[in-house]
Amino acid sequence: MGIKKRKTEETIVKILMISACVIVGSSLFLIVGTIVVKGIPYLTWDMVSKAPQGGFYIGKEGGVLNAIIGSLYVAGGATVLGLIISIPISVYLNIYLKSGSLLSKSAKLAYDVLFGIPSIVYGAFAFSIMIWLGVRASLLGGVIAVTLLIIPILVRTLDEVIATVPRELKHAALSLGATRWETAKVILRQIKPGIYTAVLLSFGRGVGDVASVLFTAGFSDNIPIYIDEPAATLPLAIFFQLSSPIPEVQGRAYASALILTLIILVIVIVSHFLATKHKHKL
Amino acid sequence: MTQHPLIRVRDLNVHIDGQHILKNINISIPDKSVTSIIGPSGCGKTTLLKTFNRLLDDTANVTVSGSVLVDDEDIYAPHAEVTHIRKKMGLLSQRPYPLPMSIYDNVAYGPRIHGIRDKSTLDSIVEKQLKDTGLWDEVKERLHGPANKLSIGQQQRLCLARGLAVQPEIILGDESTSALDPVSTHTIEDLFVRLKEQYTIVLVTHILRQARRISDYIIFVYMGEIVEFGPTEEVLLHPKEELTRQYVKGFIS
Repeated sequence: MGIKKRKTEETIVKILMISACVIVGSSLFLIVGTIVVKGIPYLTWDMVSKAPQGGFYIGKEGGVLNAIIGSLYVAGGATVLGLIISIPISVYLNIYLKSGSLLSKSAKLAYDVLFGIPSIVYGAFAFSIMIWLGVRASLLGGVIAVTLLIIPILVRTLDEVIATVPRELKHAALSLGATRWETAKVILRQIKPGIYTAVLLSFGRGVGDVASVLFTAGFSDNIPIYIDEPAATLPLAIFFQLSSPIPEVQGRAYASALILTLIILVIVIVSHFLATKHKHKL
Repeated sequence: MTQHPLIRVRDLNVHIDGQHILKNINISIPDKSVTSIIGPSGCGKTTLLKTFNRLLDDTANVTVSGSVLVDDEDIYAPHAEVTHIRKKMGLLSQRPYPLPMSIYDNVAYGPRIHGIRDKSTLDSIVEKQLKDTGLWDEVKERLHGPANKLSIGQQQRLCLARGLAVQPEIILGDESTSALDPVSTHTIEDLFVRLKEQYTIVLVTHILRQARRISDYIIFVYMGEIVEFGPTEEVLLHPKEELTRQYVKGFIS
């Protein structure tokens, strides 16, 4: 191949890469820009401090505090529950089982499949469990559905993080006479920053997912106090407000979207901060 | 050679994924001396080392037959307590892997998991092991600082101190100096020579000069079999086997 042809190839690839970056960057800018421009005028103190009052959905007083609290409860509860379930799974698959064992390989394949299942399926599945258990659409229902949704995310992320830990570290602990659980504790300590990333990913997914909470969490104008009460979530609140023909209410949908984005932004910053801080401490 | 060696291997065969990695290994490792296992890459020398502390358990599809006796106890017996076996041996791997904690906690880790809680006992163990590995003066001011901020040579000595803190009888080294600079390599080699008065040391190395510098005995492994075993000078200078001669001369690798 002549030098000229090679240089052309280099230029084409470069252009492709730059345009891909521009497309991604500008869509992010457009999304955030739209939400900010359309949402800021309606982002009042009332929006974040009040639950909907009578007539909120026809443009009268109130805010979406019920949905903010509901979303935080659902995503937070699901993340905690998800971690309680996922950490033992990852520890078992990666630390207790021998490297390359058949069970750990097949379990990982199963998680890859679960990872690809759309969230509406988790919602429907959780809904059928709720009927069986006699639980009505409630905070608990939402937490169950979102937990199911994020467990594959957590397990896969933790798997990948544990895979970065050299086997020799595991062997170092084992050869000091550590039991496998003691070894697991050393490894969990090593991957703490990765656990924060896993939490961030699953919380972000949980707080923004609408399909899984559609039938399971219900919707209510009240701020949920008990776990068996129906709870509003931000994605659903956005959906309901956006379907309204009233401009005032549509504007509030964008304000709600802005609130949701800000929540995720805060989570990203906090977990990033925790992860870097921990890395320096190590 | 002592009459009753600490490590005795009898009819050991290891298969990994259906491949015969170690074939009919029979050997007694001399006590309180340095024994080097040499041989070309992939000959099974690291596998042999890992059979001694049952780290092979961590690999799938491994079958081990035969016996490895440590202190007259068959470590592959069905009821052998694996944590107890591993506690008898310190392992020093190719690169240092400090635990994700402070220098002090690294050394205190082993004693702690084996039940020592008393602060002053731990303090004295940490001080003794760090002094034995020549690290004390370099780190005494920052014992509670993170271990991975040490230089790689210091980290390797810390790993040795960590291993010695559980009071093993045997030290296993798996090409323990291959990641180190010449000065650190020299320090570790000196340590091995000094430590052999109290410990039985088995090293895997691919550096013949190193084997010659520090070991008392040499095991030459080729294609999963022990070809020759004897005192260092004899194996390196007057090998009995043609294969050993070729390896030592650099004809096979």
